[in-house]
Amino acid sequence: MSEKPKVAFYWCSSCGGCEESIIDLAEDILKVVEAVDIVFWPVAIDIKKKDVEAMPDGSIAVTFINGAIRMSEQAEMVKMLRRKSGLIVAHGSCSHLGGIPGLGNFWNKETIFNRSYHTTPSTENPDGTVPLESVIVEGEEMTLPAFWDTVKTLDQVIDVDYYLPGCAPPRDLILNALGAILEGKLPPKGSVLSPNKSLCDDCDRNESKPEKLEMLEIKRPWEILADPEICFLAQGIICMGPATRTGCGERCIIANMPCRGCFGPTDQVYDQGAKFLAALGSIIETNDEKEIEKIVDTIVDPAGTFYRFSLPSSILRRRRMEAIK
Amino acid sequence: MNNESFEPKIVGFLCNWCSYTGADLAGTARMVYAPNVRIIRVMCSGRVDPQFVLKAFSEGADGVLISGCHPGDCHYQEGNYKTLRRYKLLNKVLEQFGIEEDRFRLEWVSAAEGAKFQHICNEFTDQVRELGPLNLNGGNQ
Repeated sequence: MSEKPKVAFYWCSSCGGCEESIIDLAEDILKVVEAVDIVFWPVAIDIKKKDVEAMPDGSIAVTFINGAIRMSEQAEMVKMLRRKSGLIVAHGSCSHLGGIPGLGNFWNKETIFNRSYHTTPSTENPDGTVPLESVIVEGEEMTLPAFWDTVKTLDQVIDVDYYLPGCAPPRDLILNALGAILEGKLPPKGSVLSPNKSLCDDCDRNESKPEKLEMLEIKRPWEILADPEICFLAQGIICMGPATRTGCGERCIIANMPCRGCFGPTDQVYDQGAKFLAALGSIIETNDEKEIEKIVDTIVDPAGTFYRFSLPSSILRRRRMEAIK
Repeated sequence: MNNESFEPKIVGFLCNWCSYTGADLAGTARMVYAPNVRIIRVMCSGRVDPQFVLKAFSEGADGVLISGCHPGDCHYQEGNYKTLRRYKLLNKVLEQFGIEEDRFRLEWVSAAEGAKFQHICNEFTDQVRELGPLNLNGGNQ
């Protein structure tokens, strides 16, 4: 019997990038493996659900769960992992805030299925087959997990101890989190394991920001060749930096792309999209109602832009079901 | 519930310097108007964080009214212009959340316009009653 703490990793509605973020620890992963026993990790080791069920409750020191929750099977798995684990860490934007899959909350199951299985130009489905939760084949019932209308964050389904933000979380934050857990030097429960200030605070382009930010027109990143030294907002490009937590190492900014908000808001903010909307309202530089409308109309998909990663964790959480046709 | 017997809940954010005083005038002048607007006094319409509006809708409001000083009259010079820009942005976002434009209203009411406040409360209440309940009370699942 080894004395090493047990660690598990699990995935829900995600792209695989968060798994990659663990692999990207590169040679440091060897130090991790030296310090802990990885007891469950579907992407890398062959341990089945029944094996986890057989583990005593609370026997896993910490489980890192990535991905949003949008299917019954995911909810069942994370509830089981909650019982088996001392600590649950929401790993990455999707489990923290809902992430990109969370944009599905502008739709519902019916409209998503219709698009995926019927109307996409690449779909060839002459029999109109769609996945069913239950089907009888040769007298035997076969089942699939239920697909929900609404995508949820991990903490809307189970109790979460810590959040590792980012799409995907950067290597230094993961290593810091693992180190803190192993040494028992953890911040208060519920903390997001990244500094509690906005990205603009750390941004290298902050000094290029004019005394008074003014936006007279809004451009999408592909419409101009962005100056790599100057604040994106000063160039008329929507950058979520003011409403987004820092700690990402400015990966996008360094690649000359504006912040899209994957780290979510700081602790003081409930709703990242609304907070960014307030900031943008302050810097649109016209007081003429018609001019304002003209500028607002140039923002393609404002809700999808301001809530790109945070729709399920926002105050309204989703589009009203009654409003979906 | 049919729309005739439905009494909409409306949250009204009124600025301290113009609109709240205008509403006060409507009261002291004994003007009769729909009682559906629950008034919250704020120092400036520019103080109304868009989060307040979303919170109101998510916790059961069927309509939200923001009212401030007329353009050019803001006690803080341009708070109401910021409100105007945020209102235009938020209206577009609310539409994507399936909340109709007619449930969210921005009005300029001066301290002397008690009658205008009376008219707005009546008209907005009728307009929201027409749309029916928003049914977000208890959160959007």
